[in-house]
Amino acid sequence: MAKVVAVTGNEAVANALRQVNPDVCGIYPITPQTDMMQRYASYISNGKVDTEAILVESEHSSMSACIGASAAGGRVVTATSSQGLALMWEMLHIASGDRLPIIMPVVNRALSAPLNIHGDHSDAMGCRDTGWIQIWSENGQEAYDNTIQAFRVGEHMDIRLPVMVCMDGFIISHSIERMEYLEDDEVKKFVGPFKNLFPLLDLEKPKSYGPLILTDLYHEYKKAQHEVMLKVKDVVLEVAKDFEKMSGRKYGLFETYRLEDADIAIVILNSAAGTTKDVVDELRDKGIKAGLLKPRLFRPFPYEEMAEALKNARAVCVMDRSDSFGGYGPLFMEVSSALYQLKNRPALINKIYGLGGRDYLPSHGEMVFNELAEIAAGGKIKAYKEYIGVRE
Amino acid sequence: MATPLTLKELSKKEELFTHGHRMCAGCGAPTIVKMVLLATEYPVVAANATGCLEVSTCISEYTAWKIPWIHTAFENAAATLSGVETMYRSLKKQGKIDKDVKFIAFGGDGGTYDIGFQSLSGAMERGHDMIYICYDNGAYMNTGIQRSSATPMGADTTTCPAGSCVPGKLRPRKNLTKIMAEHNIPYAAQASPSHWMDLMKKVRKAHELPGAKFLNVISPCNRGWRSKTNDAITLSRLAVNTCYWPLYEIEEGITKVTYTPKEKLPLLDFIKPQGRFKHLFEPGNEWLLKAMQEEVDREWAKLQAAEKCGC
Amino acid sequence: MKQKGWKDLPPGSVILEGGSAARFKTGSWRAFRPVWIEENCIQCLFCWIYCPDMAVKVKDGKRTEFDYDFCKGCGICALECPGKKGKKAIEMVEEGK
Repeated sequence: MAKVVAVTGNEAVANALRQVNPDVCGIYPITPQTDMMQRYASYISNGKVDTEAILVESEHSSMSACIGASAAGGRVVTATSSQGLALMWEMLHIASGDRLPIIMPVVNRALSAPLNIHGDHSDAMGCRDTGWIQIWSENGQEAYDNTIQAFRVGEHMDIRLPVMVCMDGFIISHSIERMEYLEDDEVKKFVGPFKNLFPLLDLEKPKSYGPLILTDLYHEYKKAQHEVMLKVKDVVLEVAKDFEKMSGRKYGLFETYRLEDADIAIVILNSAAGTTKDVVDELRDKGIKAGLLKPRLFRPFPYEEMAEALKNARAVCVMDRSDSFGGYGPLFMEVSSALYQLKNRPALINKIYGLGGRDYLPSHGEMVFNELAEIAAGGKIKAYKEYIGVRE
Repeated sequence: MATPLTLKELSKKEELFTHGHRMCAGCGAPTIVKMVLLATEYPVVAANATGCLEVSTCISEYTAWKIPWIHTAFENAAATLSGVETMYRSLKKQGKIDKDVKFIAFGGDGGTYDIGFQSLSGAMERGHDMIYICYDNGAYMNTGIQRSSATPMGADTTTCPAGSCVPGKLRPRKNLTKIMAEHNIPYAAQASPSHWMDLMKKVRKAHELPGAKFLNVISPCNRGWRSKTNDAITLSRLAVNTCYWPLYEIEEGITKVTYTPKEKLPLLDFIKPQGRFKHLFEPGNEWLLKAMQEEVDREWAKLQAAEKCGC
Repeated sequence: MKQKGWKDLPPGSVILEGGSAARFKTGSWRAFRPVWIEENCIQCLFCWIYCPDMAVKVKDGKRTEFDYDFCKGCGICALECPGKKGKKAIEMVEEGK
């Protein structure tokens, strides 16, 4: 039986982790994640979980310790944001290269400089090439649901990869919303016991983790890593199906909202997608065929499926809450790559919005849709990439 | 019952660190690892910082380690092993593992004194049940003899080369053993492969004390020290007998010198066979030789005083 | 030897066989060869404990021959050998001579 609660995103994800009850977790404070892991620490202090915490002295050590713990043979989690994720960067590659299914909620926050503690996607986008699976969440419910599903995806014996579950800092992490919790035993059953692949603590069969691999095999190892990523989509869908059976909540590789017959569409991640859906509804009420696509699985990126979903639109705007300075926004680059394979593809523009927690308002979405409508009607594209909501 | 610490009895034990590793001929580090593992009477899991020992003992499909072993990166052997040890504690608490297992981290001085300092400090403060063993060869030897904070004063390295204006490294070494003891850990000690019995006793003692322990072992490197391939043991013995590398332990804060040379030899005996110090014998560098000897004398006096006062 | 393709590799580059380096012989590195002179040997086993390459074979607590498959010829054993009555039990001889 689902339990309806009013909680913050951080609280929901901490509760998901409690329900999964991992063996080890790395804990280190960073705004806006701090509140999540301090809640988890109270579960430990009060005997609600079996988890042993490592109260590390940095995020670099947190990820290092998580790698050691995961290689040792067990279920491992940590969580971070922003600078913490950036500090982990070196170790993120090692977690995925060693094929260790560490689960890490990432409460998305801007990167310094200048210092800013508010939500944008620069942190997770900055490590999109680290070999981690990335699942993005619009709200607290999705963050909770995705966290639970992440264990099944990352720990799948054909996958064995670490997973980041992303949600917007403050907007989601610190806002109270209505959501539904699953029962503890439902989650436990859904996630199942941890299965080992090559546990270091199997003393009878001593293994060596982390060899030096030179020109003779490195290329092959990376190809193998790419190939395993290609299997992730199917597993994500399989896990989502099981999750739907249990919860009634449906998940895919991405979500489409009134997209099927849309002439104009916005592609947008996380919390701002919710705001944009309202705009879509308003426009539809006026007879304008607007739609939305909200990516969920960002790594690996579902290129073919997304191209298929967007192929009938005439003009699409990809909205990025982070920037690749001197290039396009990272989400735009992916969608653009996806659409390029189509013979007839929609016109495509890129808007950068909401950096460092700047509000994304319905009026912003409306403005973008108006521009898309002009382009769809044969108007010229004024700028392929543009910052919106910015003062001159 | 523990194997008696005699070479005859120890030689009957299975060697858990095999030949076929690719450390340079005459390197001190493999001998140290061999001694540490021979002294260990428990199942043991090791972590290794990136460095000579790591790249030369685990390449492609060849590992010299017959124990579970993990390398992740340069600066984090202590953090990585603290993760392994924490998983062990978690599984033991949950009844999923029953054996008594010990944990050892190995790192060179670059990975320990410098880039791994924070990770080491964190693991020591948290008190993970492990021994961190630094094989200290006094420079970044794996990348080609660059200066570290363990490089002795006066040494010529590739990043503090002895030149016409600067005669090598001008700063004294960081005293890491004492810094580690100041973490209020149960045991911190210095050892040398020349004094194998002393080294092995320290490993055994460390294993029996719960919590985080630190062992600093001098590890001659004939490439970096510009010495002969056959003198690793002789030079480490001279390091001890000149009191450049005193053998001591700090157990629960109490200092004990575990070996006092019968005759304290002049530092020159240690540095003369090493090419990294040869510029010191050129005219004009006498002051540095003098400063180096004074530094050794001062540290030795401080150590003796610490032992005497029971602190 | 056929080189491995990407499908042949263990996930995460983990080496599943402990001590597999024993299949990698390092004896060809040697420029000088240690020669054991048994009559001068007092079986102190210093050569065994100080050998960085685990290249001194020991049986029942007594040293036997060198393991030339692995000895890199550093000469530590010869230098540390106390010998008997001033006569070393290990001498270094140039390879090929």
